[in-house]
Amino acid sequence: MEIEIIYTLWLRQIKRYFRSKSRIIGSLGQPLLFLLAFGFGFGPIYQKAGQGNYIELLAPGIIAMSILFTAVFSGIEIIWDKQFGFLKETLVAPVSRLEIMLGRTLGGATVAFFQGLIVLVISLFAGFKIESTSMLFTAFLFMALIAILFTALGTAIASVLEDMQGFQLIINFLIMPLFFLSGALFPIENLPAIITKINPLAYGVDGLLGALTNRIHFGFTTDFLVLGSLVVVLMVIGSYLFSKIQI
Amino acid sequence: MENQENNIIIVKNLTKKFGNFIAVDNASFDVKKGDIFAFLGPNGAGKTTIIKILTTLLNPTSGELRINGHDPVDEEHEARSSFGIVFQDPSLDEELTAYENMKLHSVLYRIPKEIRESRIEEMLKFVELWDRRNDFVKHFSGGMKRRLEIARGLLHHPKILFLDEPTLGLDPQTRNHIWDYMLNLNKKEGITLFFTTHYIEEAEKVAQEVAIIDQGKIVAQGTPAELKQKTKALTLEDAFLNLTGRKIREEEAGAIDRMRMRRRVHHR
Repeated sequence: MEIEIIYTLWLRQIKRYFRSKSRIIGSLGQPLLFLLAFGFGFGPIYQKAGQGNYIELLAPGIIAMSILFTAVFSGIEIIWDKQFGFLKETLVAPVSRLEIMLGRTLGGATVAFFQGLIVLVISLFAGFKIESTSMLFTAFLFMALIAILFTALGTAIASVLEDMQGFQLIINFLIMPLFFLSGALFPIENLPAIITKINPLAYGVDGLLGALTNRIHFGFTTDFLVLGSLVVVLMVIGSYLFSKIQI
Repeated sequence: MENQENNIIIVKNLTKKFGNFIAVDNASFDVKKGDIFAFLGPNGAGKTTIIKILTTLLNPTSGELRINGHDPVDEEHEARSSFGIVFQDPSLDEELTAYENMKLHSVLYRIPKEIRESRIEEMLKFVELWDRRNDFVKHFSGGMKRRLEIARGLLHHPKILFLDEPTLGLDPQTRNHIWDYMLNLNKKEGITLFFTTHYIEEAEKVAQEVAIIDQGKIVAQGTPAELKQKTKALTLEDAFLNLTGRKIREEEAGAIDRMRMRRRVHHR
């Protein structure tokens, strides 16, 4: 395995991201809308119900959401890329598929992480307060885990899908439920335990909430172990499926 | 497989099935080293499928293959290093500059660091894009993109250059320009050119050897003169029509065609 190849492919994604200002701003639209609409809409009710400041729950959830969507999209992009994009150039090059997959996934995950970071900064302006700055590193760790996990998931899905037709299906029946049933918008205690327990994003949101606001449900160790092992599993599955791509 | 030193591409009894559909049906042909080889056939005949198999993007169902002496299935990296390819659909990164695209290629093909820059400069000058090296590819015209893809495909000094419809959608000026580069290259470096095209008169002009494929089968192979003589035709286009019939091929649009269609709509 050659680091230079993985690094070069990673760098390509980063360059593309920072060059496309309109895309950065465009992809912030949804998280901003969620922050504003839910913040203003549910905030007062949440407070009246004696639950405290809603933004403390909402901001980490929206950070997780923007990472989730950016990560999955960057993986799914492969469907398009393998036919009309740069991916084909890499597939006929004398490099292993694993190197391509790693470079791409790490690149996509880094971009998703940055996107989450921007939302974190924005939510500070919206009144979100970080409980302790010393836990910031832990928050970053969970953001990175969410980013890698879901980029790998997107890659795995895109490797088996033939065209964009299945895309809506994935978004509506996989990604949306993962998001809405993760405790990103509502306190996780109110959701059926059986669902949150099998939702990987719930562990990511929980870790993030714990690190940023001291409010934790599963516990850091559980969150980390679940996410960490899922990252390994999905990277293996993703690499395998990616290595089988034929176009 | 016996060693045929002069043949840089050997295809023997190649078959590719997609489910029940036979895309390539027991096809055999050879390409001589240094030849300009035209691979012709109506839509859906199996041209692109064979190129994909030769370039390791698709596995064959059965048959034997050699690319510069290497089996593209078992020795994929050796085979990959032997050829360059210009795809029918673009494969440049449009968000990067021309130079960055070349740089990426040089890393992927492990061109030694010391000669990367000089090699890139040489190739970009060859296709007359050196002055535009720092421009983003998304601002390039179709012809410029095609020239850049050719320069990129040649960067690692391949023995064979595959070109899938290299002049599709280009005006006659650009087409001539591109053929000038490639003929020049073939003459100077002895690089084997393997191309597909729908412009039969183009093939007649440049090709030394032609193979015609129809419904997955190779129906004829020979020099343009031989094929014309064999079919008693005056032009290669007539020979082509005599061999493949005049019926218009109804091709069902697959997933790729649907995406290609949508892509064109988006780009307008």
